Amino acid sequence: MQINENYIKSIIAQVLSEIDLGEAQNKIGPRQGADPEKNDDGGQNKKFKVIGPAKHGSRADEVVIGVGPAFGLGQHKTIVDIPHLKVLREIIAGIEEEGVSARVIRVKKTSDLAYIGLTAAKLAGSGIGIGVQSRGTTIIHQKDLLPLNNLELFPQAPLLTPETFRLIGKNAAKYVKGESPDPVPTLNDQMARPKYQAKAALLHIKETEFVQPDAEPEELSVNF
Amino acid sequence: MRRSKRFEVLESRPVNQDGLVQEWPEVGLIAMNSPNDPVPGIRIQDGKIVELDGKPAEEFDMIDQFIADYAIDVSAAEKVMAMDSLEIARMLVDINYPREEIIKLTRGMTPAKIVDVVSHLNVVEMMMALQKMRARKTPSNQCHVTNLQDNPVLLAADAAEAAARGFDEMETTVAVVRYAPLNALSILVGSQTGRGGVITQCAIEEATELMLGMKGLTSYAETVSVYGTEQVFVDGDDTPWSKAFLASAYASRGLKMRFTSGTGSEVQMGYAEGKSMLYLETRCIMITKGAGVQGLQNGSISCIGIPGAVPSGIRAVLAENLITTMLDLEVASGNDQTFSHSDIRRTARMLMQMLPGTDFIFSGYSAVPNYDNMFAGSNFDCEDFDDYLLLQRDLMVDGGLRPVKEDEIIAVRNKAARALQAVFKELGLPLISDEEVEAATYAHGSKDIVKRNVVEDLKAAEELMKSKITGIDVVKALAKNNFNDVAENLLNLLKQRVSGDYLHTSAIFDKSFNVLSAVNNPNDYRGPGTGYRLSKDRWEEIKNIERALSPEKLGV
Repeated sequence: MQINENYIKSIIAQVLSEIDLGEAQNKIGPRQGADPEKNDDGGQNKKFKVIGPAKHGSRADEVVIGVGPAFGLGQHKTIVDIPHLKVLREIIAGIEEEGVSARVIRVKKTSDLAYIGLTAAKLAGSGIGIGVQSRGTTIIHQKDLLPLNNLELFPQAPLLTPETFRLIGKNAAKYVKGESPDPVPTLNDQMARPKYQAKAALLHIKETEFVQPDAEPEELSVNF
Repeated sequence: MRRSKRFEVLESRPVNQDGLVQEWPEVGLIAMNSPNDPVPGIRIQDGKIVELDGKPAEEFDMIDQFIADYAIDVSAAEKVMAMDSLEIARMLVDINYPREEIIKLTRGMTPAKIVDVVSHLNVVEMMMALQKMRARKTPSNQCHVTNLQDNPVLLAADAAEAAARGFDEMETTVAVVRYAPLNALSILVGSQTGRGGVITQCAIEEATELMLGMKGLTSYAETVSVYGTEQVFVDGDDTPWSKAFLASAYASRGLKMRFTSGTGSEVQMGYAEGKSMLYLETRCIMITKGAGVQGLQNGSISCIGIPGAVPSGIRAVLAENLITTMLDLEVASGNDQTFSHSDIRRTARMLMQMLPGTDFIFSGYSAVPNYDNMFAGSNFDCEDFDDYLLLQRDLMVDGGLRPVKEDEIIAVRNKAARALQAVFKELGLPLISDEEVEAATYAHGSKDIVKRNVVEDLKAAEELMKSKITGIDVVKALAKNNFNDVAENLLNLLKQRVSGDYLHTSAIFDKSFNVLSAVNNPNDYRGPGTGYRLSKDRWEEIKNIERALSPEKLGV
């Protein structure tokens, strides 16, 4: 995909308007930019419903998927335009194919992938979580690991395809079942940096704008 | 719209694959001079800094505090802070002001003042200043030696070739973390086969990296990262003090080390506080200075896609190299990551450091094909060797490399692979077959080699890490198998750990293990006829590209 200048401009404009909005609303209360009902996203938002605070799971056969603070709110597709809904559908399908169940939460207090993944893992009855940033960068985490450690890390978001997301779901489920799966094969493209690094930074800044340092994770129901 | 054929051709050019963005100062997506950058200023009371760049001491974050406490010479500050920045900028390019005079001034400057000074310079002026300000008189170069499979035999052969081609420092890292001790061992043996005195490092998680150095399997370290905003430091579970502590751990074991930083890292992490990339990087350079570390790797490094995407970004990258030298630090000046799809852009970006010369023009020229580069690819790789050699010859510039002959390289690669074969056998590591040696000797990259049993290698690597085996055991193994010259080189390298002469700023070794540093080889540039000039012998070496036609070859 080419980086389209107009697309970047539209992101910048969108973020700037959110900053303005945020500043205006900070004076009167909590930031509204992160309110799913107030965002125009072409209808995708209605697919993500907040059903309350995220709970600790008691089932040993579940994977918790933690998404970033702007996932499905300020952003709706990955850095290579895979819709967020599709990302979740593929991951969940991968998990369910292994006979394991999936739950989705949104982490709000950080945009850092390691902590998003670890938060999800700690909430999972199985101790296995998947963290997904809005730009698509993904991690499989386990509740007893150090934050900057992981089971599997997929750092190059531009190289993640729907098929990869499905395999990530499958592998996470296999960890739940106590298996030691072969890591999902990842690609390495040295030219991803010159092509995507600046866009990745923009998307991460935008994700970070949605961070609410004191907010606890929330449980989402996803309506495909 | 009906498309213009001209525009269609332009659109398909490699350069248009590069990501570009417009400036966005509110989030720090701006190379230099953000409207949110502080105005230079200092207030000193009873010998203590009570206000730094407009911020009173009560509001200092930990970086301000560290800089105020350790990186600014209070006795020099008030005088230089009162000077006109433009005047200081002119002194930087004026041959009548030697390096020593400038350093007396920069030691009293605040981060914002330094940025204000270099902002007056265009890139040609920055290069002129860099030529004068770099610490060591003789320029040099560092390379990357890695491969996709962490194949030890190929690592040794590639390290030997890279040493023979002229690199003075060599850096490896891993594809699979647990391979680290074998990678360190492989390039150590390979480098000392190619040329005695090349120093090596293995970039990896900090505790393991230090351990490898203490075992004598590496001789220096550089991947100790510092950042320009507090939040990014905190996210990494670090502080300037913890980094300074780690630096002293290296020094106490006689290991050279430098820090790493670079423009764009704070934006990349989403916490740039609206400041320009260069202002934040200047804070990193001053943390390095304050920690008492001898040098810094910068030039954006792994975030180069960010300054590379904004206006004046590559100028800012040159400016950060320059500022490092202005603070009397060694600079390993970047050029070590893929930066552009365009050969024109990546060359232009590199010339900013190659033409003036720096302590290490590349802090990682990929001595292997980029597909094998485990640092995610470098700005130049081994397929660019002949282009680079010709640039040296065209411009009569010393870029640190030398033309080599094919038979010389085949011989040295083979010797390194055999030396490592002997070491593996003696140390009880999984054996290296003659077929592996043969394949690595003639290989271009990991696509051309014999695969190893990775599970066995990893098990051996783990045992090696736990064992009491040190560099001395490697020396013994080499000597026992008649690799006496390699053994002697390695022993000499270990002796340097005791004498510690190479802990001086900007130290490298020549092939007789003489230290060349800012102390005994100080940069004395004072305009034409001074400073580093190619010796007659060195120019002969650079000039003689074998394939150039001569009357004899034509038979006339």
